[in-house]
Amino acid sequence: MTSLDVARWQFGITTVYHFIFVPLTIGLAPLVASFQTAWVITGNERWYRLTKFFGKLLLINFAIGVATGIVQEFQFGMNWSEYSKFIGDVFGAPLALEGIVAFFLESTFLGLWIFGWDRLPKLVHLGTIWMVAIGVNASAFFIIAANSFMQHPVGATFDPERGRPVLTDIWALLTNNTALAAFPHAVAGAFFTAGTFIAGIAGWWLVKTARSGQTEDLGLWRKASRIGMVVIAVSGIALVLTGDIQGKLMFKQQPMKMASAESLCHGGLDPDFSVLTIGTHNNCDSVTHLVEVPGVLSWLAEGQFSGVELGGVVDLQDKYQLKFGPGDYRPNLFVTYWSFRVMMGMAALSAALSLAGLWLTRGGRNPDQKWFAWLSLAAIPAPFLGNIAGWVFTEMGRQPWVVAPNPDGDPRIRLMVQDAVSGHPTTTVVVSLVTFTLLYAVLAVLWAGLMRRYVIEGAREKPNVHEDDHELLSFAY
Amino acid sequence: MTLPELWFIAVAVLFTGYFVLEGFDFGVGMLFPVLGRTDNRRRVLLNTIGPVWDGNEVWLITAVGAMFAAFPAWYATMFSGFYLLMLLILVSLIVRVVSIEWRGKINDPAWRRLCDAGIMTGSFVPSFLWGVIFSNIVAGLAIDKTGYVTSGFSDLFNAYAVLGGLTTLALFLLHGTVFVALKSAGDVSIDARLLVRRFGVLPVAFVAAFSVWTQIEFGKSWTLIVAGGVVGALLAAWVLAAIERDGWAFAFTTLSVAGLGVLLFGSLFPNVLPSTIDPEFTLTIANAASSHYTLKIVGWLALIFGPIVLLYQGWTYWVFRKRIAVEHIPPSIGLSLRR
Repeated sequence: MTSLDVARWQFGITTVYHFIFVPLTIGLAPLVASFQTAWVITGNERWYRLTKFFGKLLLINFAIGVATGIVQEFQFGMNWSEYSKFIGDVFGAPLALEGIVAFFLESTFLGLWIFGWDRLPKLVHLGTIWMVAIGVNASAFFIIAANSFMQHPVGATFDPERGRPVLTDIWALLTNNTALAAFPHAVAGAFFTAGTFIAGIAGWWLVKTARSGQTEDLGLWRKASRIGMVVIAVSGIALVLTGDIQGKLMFKQQPMKMASAESLCHGGLDPDFSVLTIGTHNNCDSVTHLVEVPGVLSWLAEGQFSGVELGGVVDLQDKYQLKFGPGDYRPNLFVTYWSFRVMMGMAALSAALSLAGLWLTRGGRNPDQKWFAWLSLAAIPAPFLGNIAGWVFTEMGRQPWVVAPNPDGDPRIRLMVQDAVSGHPTTTVVVSLVTFTLLYAVLAVLWAGLMRRYVIEGAREKPNVHEDDHELLSFAY
Repeated sequence: MTLPELWFIAVAVLFTGYFVLEGFDFGVGMLFPVLGRTDNRRRVLLNTIGPVWDGNEVWLITAVGAMFAAFPAWYATMFSGFYLLMLLILVSLIVRVVSIEWRGKINDPAWRRLCDAGIMTGSFVPSFLWGVIFSNIVAGLAIDKTGYVTSGFSDLFNAYAVLGGLTTLALFLLHGTVFVALKSAGDVSIDARLLVRRFGVLPVAFVAAFSVWTQIEFGKSWTLIVAGGVVGALLAAWVLAAIERDGWAFAFTTLSVAGLGVLLFGSLFPNVLPSTIDPEFTLTIANAASSHYTLKIVGWLALIFGPIVLLYQGWTYWVFRKRIAVEHIPPSIGLSLRR
């Protein structure tokens, strides 16, 4: 292993780890804010209990999301210093904006929300959680705009004197069509995750409550699970639509990524869509296409069933060699092919939960089937895996580039991963890789334990009706 | 004044703001073994910074983001150059974040001890290492012509840098103790004042020695006033805390921490990373800066959003201005380890 391999593994592991927690925060913050809004408007105790219950889970998750995010801000400089020097003029701008616009907002107002239950007027306190919800989504936008520049550089020109791109148009950078497609897709994924989280937990509690014969809390869990199921349905539709737009953009902007996602080795007019392939994939020679469907690929690429000319991995490799000189321009075909399929396949469990749940709770019914409780629990991890698979596909499909050349832009704005990495000895990077991996593994176990413990405890906390001692803080760490 | 120079000041302000705000957060964490002899007293300590510590930490993230945007070469060389120190700082910060947030979630002495250890480690290590890092930046690093830092791990712990590390450690401890005296009531506050009265001379001595060394070896004529102010303010804080003027004492430790930031960045100016190999390889404000457009556009956006951030952060401090005592701490709502 070279320090390049270790640095790539490290960035992969730390980013994937960060993105386990990020979507839940992005999706859950607005939903908790909605629960609290419902409580403020209706005064119904049920909404208060849901706000507190899911609020606690949000906070446990937020802590580890912050902790794992800190590393990312430094990792570009630590492990990818050549990249940072090359791209800082452009890439630094959205990062700095993310800090000053979004991170300050979410961290400050989260503190106000946690500790402000009896310090702030009800409406102001409600405003603080909405600020948090806005902050977490705004930060996602800035970081996705930064990432989209790496996928599809716009808003910059190449400065031959400095030998690197310089920013010329921040508006173009922030309205990069790649970013405008990726951001709603990621947000839809986040709501899909949070919706499944809520529907899964509430569905399990609903069955448990129904079987125990206690009717008191049935309404609470029924409401929560149905809200979660509707969120799954709506965000699921958004996922498909935004995913389609993003796919069509990728066929144009990063054809190699889509060709490898489909294991399309040799292109041509209207190539078949691959449903299943076997083989090691990595050199196109050992890929065997087992099931193929005609027409689908053309539709995915350009929205029509025939008359679409697509390049395959082998054709594109030849083309890039002519354009950029000798080299291997192919991503890892096995990873891109399967991560693309895992991403889409994982959505099925949430969809099943949503459909089954909406049917079983129709017309005031409360399900007590054990299998539904199991389905609820089983669906919870699925969107997390789907999110990870989607990012693995996006990022590993970009290889070997760290800044992929824009086919309609200045071809000099491009950088390959081996030219981006810092010149550290391999052992130095191994030390940090091992440290982060072990630390993160321990924290993940603690996170899962805490979440489980609090889910099992349930939504017990009720509003304070009797006049409490005003000397006591409403919340203290 | 040129645009890159303005940005140098902006980065300096952000880092200095981070040291002022996280300085007392770290101080509070370091005080756990001394002032937090019972769980409730620890909770008093922790809750003096409870609603604000996360927002304080964002000053660092934003400082680093601003550095990346305005001086990419500085960002890249600094963080690849201080690789292992940064790794230690990051691990400490990670452990500290989760320890603070998760501490109260479980009612179990072993769990609390574990989290307390995390909070203390996460406060001690960065307090020391930030001093080491910024001393090395001022003193210069072995930067070769490709912009790589060739200083070894042991080179970073030279006498000046170790003194710098001990100085920030001692300064943050005093800053934090004065903060606790101001923000708590009852026994905790009394003990904090006693602590300042008895041991306050130590940080003053460290800060004096470090400021004199910095001024003589790296200072400019105008930083002489700053260096004097840093020491004078801390001395004043020590006296003020002793006569129970908590608010004024805190104002003066704040002034001292901010002054130390000005002294360090002022001594560095107009370089951002001096090379000890050859002055030719030194990274300066001019040669490390981004393009004019980037500095201008991000500058305007920072000018718009910066004051808004200051407003709502200031408001947060106002909302939670009340002193906290042991009797204000509610019973723990944490769950037992097992059902």
